[in-house]
Amino acid sequence: MMSDTNYLTTDFTLRSWFLTTDHKRIAILYFASLIVFFFIGGAAATLIRIELATPQADLVSSDVYNRLFTMHGIIMVWFFLIPSIPNTLGNFIVPLMIGARDLAFPRLNLMSWYIFMLGGCTTLFAIFAGGVDTGWTFYTPFSTLYSNSYVIVAAAGVFIAGFSSILTGLNFIVTIHRLRAPGLTWYRLPLFLWSLYATSVILVLATPVLAITLLLMATERFFGVGIFDPRIGGDPLLFQHLFWFYSHPAVYIMILPGMGVINELISCFSRKQVFGYKFVAWCSLAIAAVGFLVWGHHMFVSGQSLVASLVFSFMSFIVAVPSAIKVFNWTATLHKGSIHFDAPMLYALGFIGLFTVGGLTGLFLACLAYDVHATDTYFVVAHFHYIMVGGMVTAYFGGLHYWWPKITGRLYSEYWARTAAVLIFFGFNLTFFPQFILGAEGMPRRYHVYPPEFQVWNVLSSGGATILAVAYLMPLFYLGYSAFFGKRAPANPWDAPGLEWQTSSPPPEHNFTTQPVVTRDPYQYNEAFQAEPQNA
Amino acid sequence: MTDWRPPLALIGAWLGLLALLALTVTLAYVPLGAGNAVVALTIGTIKAGLVATIFMELWHRRGLTLVFAGAGLFWLGILLYLGSMDFLTRT
Ligand code: HEM
Ligand SMILES: [Cu+2]
Repeated sequence: MMSDTNYLTTDFTLRSWFLTTDHKRIAILYFASLIVFFFIGGAAATLIRIELATPQADLVSSDVYNRLFTMHGIIMVWFFLIPSIPNTLGNFIVPLMIGARDLAFPRLNLMSWYIFMLGGCTTLFAIFAGGVDTGWTFYTPFSTLYSNSYVIVAAAGVFIAGFSSILTGLNFIVTIHRLRAPGLTWYRLPLFLWSLYATSVILVLATPVLAITLLLMATERFFGVGIFDPRIGGDPLLFQHLFWFYSHPAVYIMILPGMGVINELISCFSRKQVFGYKFVAWCSLAIAAVGFLVWGHHMFVSGQSLVASLVFSFMSFIVAVPSAIKVFNWTATLHKGSIHFDAPMLYALGFIGLFTVGGLTGLFLACLAYDVHATDTYFVVAHFHYIMVGGMVTAYFGGLHYWWPKITGRLYSEYWARTAAVLIFFGFNLTFFPQFILGAEGMPRRYHVYPPEFQVWNVLSSGGATILAVAYLMPLFYLGYSAFFGKRAPANPWDAPGLEWQTSSPPPEHNFTTQPVVTRDPYQYNEAFQAEPQNA
Repeated sequence: MTDWRPPLALIGAWLGLLALLALTVTLAYVPLGAGNAVVALTIGTIKAGLVATIFMELWHRRGLTLVFAGAGLFWLGILLYLGSMDFLTRT
């Protein structure tokens, strides 16, 4: 108990941080980098929402506006959401959860961070040197023939960051296969690990296709080789096929880890085993697999053949089934649970509602006829923000609050944490619900001017965005304060059975002083838990 | 890493890949009609085989490694199958 050094205090030099192979320190490196990317992407979003408060162009020109939403999308997708939960919470928690000293390849883990930063800096360079105006999807022929912006540099950054994704996925797969503690069978794994496993499989199988796609795009742009341009022998839809073959699975890279976190939170704060454990576990893998069969739903109006559209539409309905099973199982877990409304639980409940709205509107878009009306409107924008921001970012915050005492060894202010959770929920809905209405009424996405009759909903949305921005800034302060001045956290503040709570907070350098042995199923909570950590 | 292989095999494979690349480029300038595509794809397949067996060390044939390599191939099949479904049924 009183071994005084932990992973944070073993060594204070910069060198010990930048050359560390400790998964916990690498997680902290990722945390720090992702905060920066999140706020850069957020700054772009702020400018977009300010511009859209009025129908005319008052703040930025159309050229600048194109660069803003492109930068927002690229940064948020590849430099925040994809690495968010896996590389921070996952990096920190996976070895602890399975009772290991580290990930299977600690040096590869560090290398993955350096590659990520190299990719991030490359893309940032492109953005600050003059920007990119293709949208995050880099669609041809605009990106190859017409765009007069830093397309290749930005794509190079994404290309490089992809290798970091692959290495992380590889590391998690090998770790989960090889380093489980004695007695920790597959069906005793916490569901967070099942979902990270499924995520890793997608990372490894899909990311190479993105790399190939971007390389082909750059080849055509730079050398004029005919790949996508029909005038020189290419096929104009090939780019979209390749891009979405990666990017639809990538949306599951962005949501599965969030779903995994929610399992941990819901069961902890209902003091119950997750309902239908095996179903939830296998649904993660089902989502990963079926997620590869639906990409054509992004191409319904592209000129893709009707047969293909019908097949992709059908498969898109199928892919919603495992997600729905998860939502039902979380709800069933709450049923007759002993529910505690601690901050992480508020985030988890918010996740369930917002994810459900996002998922159900995905089904609207999967209908061929409705999609013709809704595609490229704000309806699509609202759909994916409900999942990616309402879902994934909320889960990220929930997980961060849940494991914060373990990561930092400190308790945070429960009052401020709950306030932020509630504000995020309301701010989010006020920002994005009006966008469903705007989209249904026909407001197209990616324009900086719009007809005056759309202004009401846009003003509401921009107002909501202000609340959301404040709510997202709050944790920076109270968590930042807690990291230095918070009350010391006990090893197991939530009275939870997971292995990560069996070691001290923060954990020692190699996680456990003795090798833990697992003898029971996960989520064996005792109902009597009362203590809610309070920071007086 | 217990059975570290002398890099000879790696260098050999690399030289082999370069030779095949040269062959691809040369044959691309020989007019064979539809045969050009066949030749290019055949050489491409041989190259992929070299990479898989030697660089990816698949000849070790450990169960799980093969499952993942097979999954990669299977997913490539999905890409080609569903992708070509569009191209073949376009009207
Ligand atoms: C429940 C299953 C889902 C279904 C059936 C579904 C369906 C769709 C469809 C049909 C579109 C295309 C709309 C259009 O452009 O006309 C779309 C767009 C999108 N979806 Fe989903 N979706 C689902 C889940 C998700 C998830 C989990 C995420 C993210 C984590 C996500 C993120 C996106 C994004 C980013 C776009 C827009 C891409 C763009 O054009 O920029 N979706 N979705
Ligand atoms: Cu999709």
